[in-house]
Amino acid sequence: MTTATEVTRSIDARGMPCPGPLMSLIGAIREGTVGDVIEILSTDEGSKTDIPAWLTKAKHELVEVVPEDGYARFVIRKVR
Amino acid sequence: MDDESMMSLALFSGTDDKLQASAVLTVGAAAMGRKVNVFLQYWALDAFRADRVLKDHGVSPEAGDEGLRAMQDQGKPHWSELFRQAKELGEVRIYACADSLEMFGITRDDLDPMVDGVWGVASFFSEADGPVTFI
Repeated sequence: MTTATEVTRSIDARGMPCPGPLMSLIGAIREGTVGDVIEILSTDEGSKTDIPAWLTKAKHELVEVVPEDGYARFVIRKVR
Repeated sequence: MDDESMMSLALFSGTDDKLQASAVLTVGAAAMGRKVNVFLQYWALDAFRADRVLKDHGVSPEAGDEGLRAMQDQGKPHWSELFRQAKELGEVRIYACADSLEMFGITRDDLDPMVDGVWGVASFFSEADGPVTFI
């Protein structure tokens, strides 16, 4: 499936245990600029709840979560 | 990300599994905008000695051989690395218990630089507003 938003950075965090994928995402958000669209791939079950919870807290946008074969793909937009 | 709530941990155990779990809690709390106070007592303090941080500190008895292997196979960053990440993420302060330092006959200078300073137990409670988790 294609998305209307163009991914500006992709992080493959598959195989990283909790809290690795979230840490990678936070790092990418901090390094990025407003409007960046970050894609992160994670096999960590905790990411399914942790990434949305952190995004709500940090006030960034969860564009979509796509279940893939054995992992999940999160698409995030840095909004501030 | 401002959040007035905080998490306060009194770390007593110096085994790698408990320090690892404590570090995960600390990273998570810091990521979610909570202040974290960590108070190092007894064997946890010993594990934070600069020359011992990366040594093998063993695991809790309930781990057994199978548990130890499962933990090693997971390939998490070392707990000291997670505490460093937590400090970069948010307001995380790690203090050594003055009494435990004295018990070991060591000083602040013997501890890993991630330790912010030395507190008496009353100082800890002057900062730790709310419940304290003892690990």
